[in-house]
Amino acid sequence: VKKSRRCVGDKNTKSVFCLPPQTFDKILIANRGEIACRVIKTCQKMGIKSVAVHSDVDASAVHVKMADEAVCVGPAPTSKSYLNMDAIMDAIRSTGAQAVHPGYGFLSENKEFAKRLAAEGVTFIGPDTHAIMAMGDKIESKLIAKAAKVNTIPGFDGVVETADDAVKIAQQIGYPVMIKASAGGGGKGMRIAWNDEETREGFRFSSQEAASSFGDDRLLIEKYIDNPRHIEIQVLADKHGNALWLNERECSIQRRNQKVVEEAPSTFLDSVTRRAMGEQAVQLAKAVQYSSAGTVEFLVDSKKNFYFLEMNTRLQVEHPITECITGLDLVEQMIRVAKGYKLLHKQEDIPINGWAIESRVYAEDPYKSFGLPSIGRLSQYQEPLNLSNVRVDSGIQEGSDISIYYDPMISKLVTYGATRAEALSKMEDALDNYVIRGVTHNIPLLREIITHPRFISGDISTNFLPEVYPDGFKGHQLEVGNRRELLASAAALYITAQLRSQKVLGNLSYLDSHVAVQMIFCIDASGQIVLQYLGTSFKVRVLSKLAAELNSYMPEKVAEDTSSILRSPMPGSVVAVSVKPGDTVAEGQEICVIEAMKMQNSLTAAKQAKVKKVHCKPGETVGEGDLLVELE
Amino acid sequence: MMAAFSVARSSCGLINGLRVSFRSLAPVKHGAVAAAALQTSLLPDCRRYSVGHLSVKERIDMKRKAALVGGGQKRIDAQHKRGKLTARERVELLLDPESFVESDMFVEHRCSDFGMEQDRNKFPGDSVVTGRGRINGRLVYVFSQDFTVFGGSLSGAHAQKICKIMDQAMTVGAPVIGLNDSGGARIQEGVESLAGYADIFLRNVLASGVVPQISLIMGPCAGGAVYSPALTDFTFMVKDTSYLFITGPDVVKSVTNEDVTQEELGGAKTHTTVSGVAHHAFENDVDALLNMREFFNFLPLSNQDPSPIRACHDPSDRLVTSLDTIVPFETTKAYDMLDIIHAIVDERDFFEIMPSYAKNIVVGFARMNGRTVGIVGNQPKVASGCLDINSSVKGARFVRFCDAFNIPIITFVDVPGFLPGTAQEYGGIIRHGAKLLYAFAEATVPKITIITRKAYGGAYDVMSSKHLRGDVNYAWPSAEVAVMGAKGAVQIIFRGKENQAEAEAEYVEKFANPFPAAVRGFVDDIIEPATTRKKICRDLEVLASKKQVNPWKKHANIPL
Repeated sequence: VKKSRRCVGDKNTKSVFCLPPQTFDKILIANRGEIACRVIKTCQKMGIKSVAVHSDVDASAVHVKMADEAVCVGPAPTSKSYLNMDAIMDAIRSTGAQAVHPGYGFLSENKEFAKRLAAEGVTFIGPDTHAIMAMGDKIESKLIAKAAKVNTIPGFDGVVETADDAVKIAQQIGYPVMIKASAGGGGKGMRIAWNDEETREGFRFSSQEAASSFGDDRLLIEKYIDNPRHIEIQVLADKHGNALWLNERECSIQRRNQKVVEEAPSTFLDSVTRRAMGEQAVQLAKAVQYSSAGTVEFLVDSKKNFYFLEMNTRLQVEHPITECITGLDLVEQMIRVAKGYKLLHKQEDIPINGWAIESRVYAEDPYKSFGLPSIGRLSQYQEPLNLSNVRVDSGIQEGSDISIYYDPMISKLVTYGATRAEALSKMEDALDNYVIRGVTHNIPLLREIITHPRFISGDISTNFLPEVYPDGFKGHQLEVGNRRELLASAAALYITAQLRSQKVLGNLSYLDSHVAVQMIFCIDASGQIVLQYLGTSFKVRVLSKLAAELNSYMPEKVAEDTSSILRSPMPGSVVAVSVKPGDTVAEGQEICVIEAMKMQNSLTAAKQAKVKKVHCKPGETVGEGDLLVELE
Repeated sequence: MMAAFSVARSSCGLINGLRVSFRSLAPVKHGAVAAAALQTSLLPDCRRYSVGHLSVKERIDMKRKAALVGGGQKRIDAQHKRGKLTARERVELLLDPESFVESDMFVEHRCSDFGMEQDRNKFPGDSVVTGRGRINGRLVYVFSQDFTVFGGSLSGAHAQKICKIMDQAMTVGAPVIGLNDSGGARIQEGVESLAGYADIFLRNVLASGVVPQISLIMGPCAGGAVYSPALTDFTFMVKDTSYLFITGPDVVKSVTNEDVTQEELGGAKTHTTVSGVAHHAFENDVDALLNMREFFNFLPLSNQDPSPIRACHDPSDRLVTSLDTIVPFETTKAYDMLDIIHAIVDERDFFEIMPSYAKNIVVGFARMNGRTVGIVGNQPKVASGCLDINSSVKGARFVRFCDAFNIPIITFVDVPGFLPGTAQEYGGIIRHGAKLLYAFAEATVPKITIITRKAYGGAYDVMSSKHLRGDVNYAWPSAEVAVMGAKGAVQIIFRGKENQAEAEAEYVEKFANPFPAAVRGFVDDIIEPATTRKKICRDLEVLASKKQVNPWKKHANIPL
């Protein structure tokens, strides 16, 4: 098997021990993308044969190429392929895989899947079913945590029945409070209330949303933590009652409850708090007889009070930063534990070596609410692996398609160094050296975050993005010096291109010049140059003096009146169209709903008008900028 | 970036004299460009003069000055107000600085009817500016019609000036670029004006295939005048300010009772998307002229010149790994042929001709290792990439231009066949499809063909196949060279057979792959897509010395 350099590099994750023990002969990875590649990489290291599953559109995906065997489990939609338990069970039988690694997402926290595997005598590389079940329910997990003496957010421990109950409970806890769905996640069915009236309203909305999103309208109420940090503890436990905490990960930089930049360790924790959090996390793990790797998430307030949030019973997306600072290969540990081996380490063996930062590179347009999915073909793709202390976990390559069916993550870019400053400066370099063409990506935002003074000083919370960019992200704002540098580069590039135009074989009036330049941008005939500078792409136009003078006579083209047309802000599928031609819509009224990558986006009217024409229907796939509805 | 900065420092001297305007990605209105007065400041209305007491030298100066302002400042302002540049501004922007050598500045019209003989109706140079100059150092002849003088109307003198530079261009072997902005014939001159048009048409025809001829329509161009651009190799238009039609909206209304605006009848959008008369449209005058300079770089100066080779920074042996996965798994699924073209050519630089017309075929110019090539490709994204009337004609004309001017042709084939249907048959797909076949067959320039996927039926033969003297024909592993798709073939071969699915599988196994063509030598090799660029560049080097001559004839008889 050809070794791919795209997944975890050995040099980055120094194994503490030498010979891997005998575990499994063959493991099936029930996932795709970077995490599938990540797991296969460790399988290769441990001498285990790997089986990839894939949908038909993923037939030539990187994880398929890396695996020893591959089985197609259905068509593109995840419900028919990566979530298709029947097909995956068939794949396990036909390939004779002895164990399954579920990665994250998909079937990783699905108790039904774990049960079916157990029934066939196939090992699930993760915790036992009862732990998945216990931690999967927000109310139950809180009760267990409380019983295990883990700090929990002050709040009601059971289901709230009526709005009056809700108000009573809210008054007991003290405002502000958070009302949220028991079965929920991803911010759905969540409301913050600052008084009785808002509590009543929030109760009504949340129960409706919870019912429609999860088919379960049970709610709970808890204290709302102002300016919280999201800090989580990685735990590792075996089947013999041993458990370790592998330090924390700071994941406060989020948008829409999804993490963007993570680091380990956190700038905020002192060793006392770290130990307290770690010990509570281990108490919880032991309370549910947890085995394998898991993550206990905490909210931490400005006074370093920490409260249990939830436990994720799987490998986390951001696990590489923990691997960087501890030197452990978490996937390897998971496989060992699943086989029934005892943990190799003691708590005092777990170090914090240096600092690691992870940026999640997404195919997203960061200028639209910090990231709306974008799709396309990676026409050019080069990871910054020429730099040292850089780890890139990805499952794509040049020529890969980022489609609407799956998560738009391109890669996880991890840098580390002896100090945080070193890791950050390495991250800056890595982002600048990353070449991604063909899809819109969020590198401009990532680079702004990691160079922002507040981030550098460690003054962050989960509200970082909306606080720092209250009007949305607008790209790097140039100062005078930078602006001059940018313009000078553009002008030089323009001149270079002009000079080269004269370097034609046999051209008599040939002007000699020894200027060569590497083009990482585009330049067109009318002087438009696109330059990526300090992470952001800038459009610069260079004109000769004459052309600039004459250009002033050119009329501004009248842009399309955007208030009377509705275009799709991103590629996706139409879930619902709420209007028909002839309807009158009020300003702000919902016109249609577009779903892309797990997200539903409601598109509203920009003004009051009559609907002229509807260009889409439910179920249809639309591209970015496609005309959906015309108003009069 | 460091490379860029060091260039910035070393080129400081050159940057003086450049205006750099700037905007971030957020839609900020681009502006901040100072509108400086023209360098040639002139006395207003200096054409009215009495010559009695002036020396010849003074008279020369006066005439020259008068010629420079054309129809006068008022009309120049009006021209600017319409968002158009003057004839001279256009020439200045099109050519290298100070390279313009004007001819016939003193020519005046010779009409003496309707008061035209009066001094105030005489303009030195009349309604057109002509001469020669250079674009990036390479010789070109130019005429630019001056709308400020009698609406750019064509007089006998006007035509004579254009004919003169065309004759010179033919003599020395240099392209002709015409900047059209004319209301039509000079009605006061009557038949003399018509004769002038015909003189130009004749020269357009004689120069055709000898030197490249380009028309850039930058204002009205109506009536018989349209036939000059139509005879040239390329017609480009400026959006919103240029029109091409035989008869204007008023006449259309009176004859066919159709209500149509100028823009709908003959605007840039109409001609680049519906009629196929124009090859490209640009945003405004400045954009159009700067693009003309870029376009000109692709062309040889005459049919005696080889295809130009420019210094190239893109390694000719670059492997394009992204191509290995570009052809989708299912044969019915579309992909964008432009992705393949952009990835293979130098620096992703592709000048597409007719990008909005007959989009099921893609044609345009690019460079391979610095050498200009013509690219023809079926576009699976549009109508499955089938050949129909419009795409055949579009492809044929482009192939013939390349052949006439020694530009190698690279053809990317993914064609399921000719488009069926009464509309196509009644429209004469047989006749029009034959044009593309004819063009590829008669071409003697280097021809390299890459079959990326489908090459079915007669369309396979047409698309620069080995049988039409293709020099190098490659197939990708995904290629299927066959008479037709599996379904159709099975219905004929195994008519009445029970298990059609099994038969189809058998057919796919046998024919839906590159082997049947490869074992017969109809493709020279089956290559990994990633190596395509490398192979083409190498082949072009070898084929640079290709010599092939068609049998002697007065001229061939393409099925028009």
